[in-house]
Amino acid sequence: MENIAHNFPFVASALLLGVAFYIVIFRKNLIKLIMGIAMMASGVNLFIVALGYRTGGNAPIYTDVPPGPMVLSVPQALTLTSIVINVAVLALMLTMVIHTYRNTGDIDSEKSRKLKG
Amino acid sequence: MDFLVTHAPILIVALPLVAAFAIPLISISRGGDRGRNIFSLVIFSLICFLVAILAVNVHTVGIRVYTFGATAAELALPGGYMVPVRIIFEVDGMSMFMGIIITTVTLAALIYSLHFLKGQTGQARFYSLMMLLYAGMIGLAFTGDMFNLFVFLEIASIAGAALAAYRTNMADAVEGGFKYIVISAVSALLVLFAIGILYAQYNVLSIAALAYYMQYTPLDMIALGLLVGALVMKLAGVPLHMWAPDTYTVAPAGTTPMILAASYISMYALYRVTFTMYGGLLNTTAIGWLVIIVGVLSMFVGVMMAVHQTDIKRMMAYHAISQGGYMLLGVGVCLAVITDPVALASYGRDAMNGGIFHIINHVFYKALLFMTAEAIFFRIGTRDTNKMGGLARNMKWTAGFYIIGALAISGIPPFNGFASKLLIYESVLKFSPVLSVIAMFVSLVTLASFAKVFYSAFTGPEMPAYKEVKEVPKSMIIGMSILAVLIIFFGIFPGLIVNTIVAPATNALIDQAAYINAVMGAVP
Repeated sequence: MENIAHNFPFVASALLLGVAFYIVIFRKNLIKLIMGIAMMASGVNLFIVALGYRTGGNAPIYTDVPPGPMVLSVPQALTLTSIVINVAVLALMLTMVIHTYRNTGDIDSEKSRKLKG
Repeated sequence: MDFLVTHAPILIVALPLVAAFAIPLISISRGGDRGRNIFSLVIFSLICFLVAILAVNVHTVGIRVYTFGATAAELALPGGYMVPVRIIFEVDGMSMFMGIIITTVTLAALIYSLHFLKGQTGQARFYSLMMLLYAGMIGLAFTGDMFNLFVFLEIASIAGAALAAYRTNMADAVEGGFKYIVISAVSALLVLFAIGILYAQYNVLSIAALAYYMQYTPLDMIALGLLVGALVMKLAGVPLHMWAPDTYTVAPAGTTPMILAASYISMYALYRVTFTMYGGLLNTTAIGWLVIIVGVLSMFVGVMMAVHQTDIKRMMAYHAISQGGYMLLGVGVCLAVITDPVALASYGRDAMNGGIFHIINHVFYKALLFMTAEAIFFRIGTRDTNKMGGLARNMKWTAGFYIIGALAISGIPPFNGFASKLLIYESVLKFSPVLSVIAMFVSLVTLASFAKVFYSAFTGPEMPAYKEVKEVPKSMIIGMSILAVLIIFFGIFPGLIVNTIVAPATNALIDQAAYINAVMGAVP
């Protein structure tokens, strides 16, 4: 039972990734597609943070630290970087959708499509 | 001078980043556009100088390791540590090879853009993004750890997508940029997921340390699958090529070659992962055949899609996919025989040389072709070959550059495409004659489709609508002639180029131990 609780974040991130891939591949609405990518990013971030978690661990700050295990700090740094990058990616995507809407009057990927062949 | 040699790897990445944020500030100050153009050129010439210094240095002393924040730049392992804890740049022959490609292409693109952009809005942001894209690409080539590989991949993707969608008033441009950013975001997240899996097992991020500890467990296989899938998507290998024609078609002049170079930087990352990180642990015969199949598919599908296109840049974009297949074919053949020393010596290494050499050749001539297509678009405002005609009368330079590019891509001597394709044909013939025949057939179809576009666009009677068309401005001609001169030079002296830059790149990929030892040498 304890094992399941320990692995819960990994199951959650797998679910998030699965749903996100479904959205990215099958949804036609561009805003929904961006939400899918945001979910995918959350799934990956959750996975990496969960990797560094130690049950009952302390925060990785070296002054006045009580004895016991420390939470790994590298995955947290990675996640922070990845969150910042994803904010930039999502913002850029949203501006592009706004431009698509202005140019074609639609945000459905089938109807706003100009490039074919 | 010593300072420059020691710190060249970081300066080459830091300078364009600083320039990217300084350019908008200079644009709004007095002197504006002119000051900014001069500033970009000066900074970029400085970068070219540093790349040249570093290239000579790497050629003479071998792999260069640059450690951030260490007392000495070469000190990858601090005393008493078993694993490299600091951020590392590791520059070997292959990194330098990619560095030379992207620096040359960016220089040509920068000069080409000076006149192309005149009178357009948002120029400051254009040059900013160009510098960011360069920083992302060169960082990816130099980085020695997996997480920075992800960061630079994302920098290059964001800048590339924003540049592709630069002409936001055109619906198709935004669409092409959007496709690129979606593909890039998904592939970068897959890369990050794979990095997470690797970090969970080995607690290190440095590529050399990962290669050193690699056990090839089932989890590593999953990570390899994710990395290969993501990077093949990013380099537009069939069957994951759907974004490439759209993005290459709509990207404004000068940046199409850079986005093309960004695809080959992903190819570099793929080679880095498969050769250096997984190295000898892979079942190389199976992986080699997989790469060969992807390569042959790319070659064939790309060229068949290209033949019937009427949009000139779209046709070239499909040819880019097809030429990517040649590179994969050469490297795949080497990978398939890498465990067999006799075959490796007799044709494996030549196949690899051909595949790697084709990267630089292809980037140069395809960049030139994209630039001529944009020059036509710049003057007559359409990319549809059916609407063109008789342009060679007024655009003599553009027509000449187009001929050079078209002959080079079809593998006609004395241009550079011939040199690398001959290496690939000869070595692949010894491995499997059928593959070689397919490669030659694809070359023929390539020549046919470029000849078709040449006749419809440049020859024929003068069209009344294009009577007043003038040759493109000087900076665009200079940008194109840099590439044209290099194409002819590489075609006339292929032996020199193969010996000085291609063979070190091939050796760097095959010699996994040297890459590991450069960082992990002190570990008992």
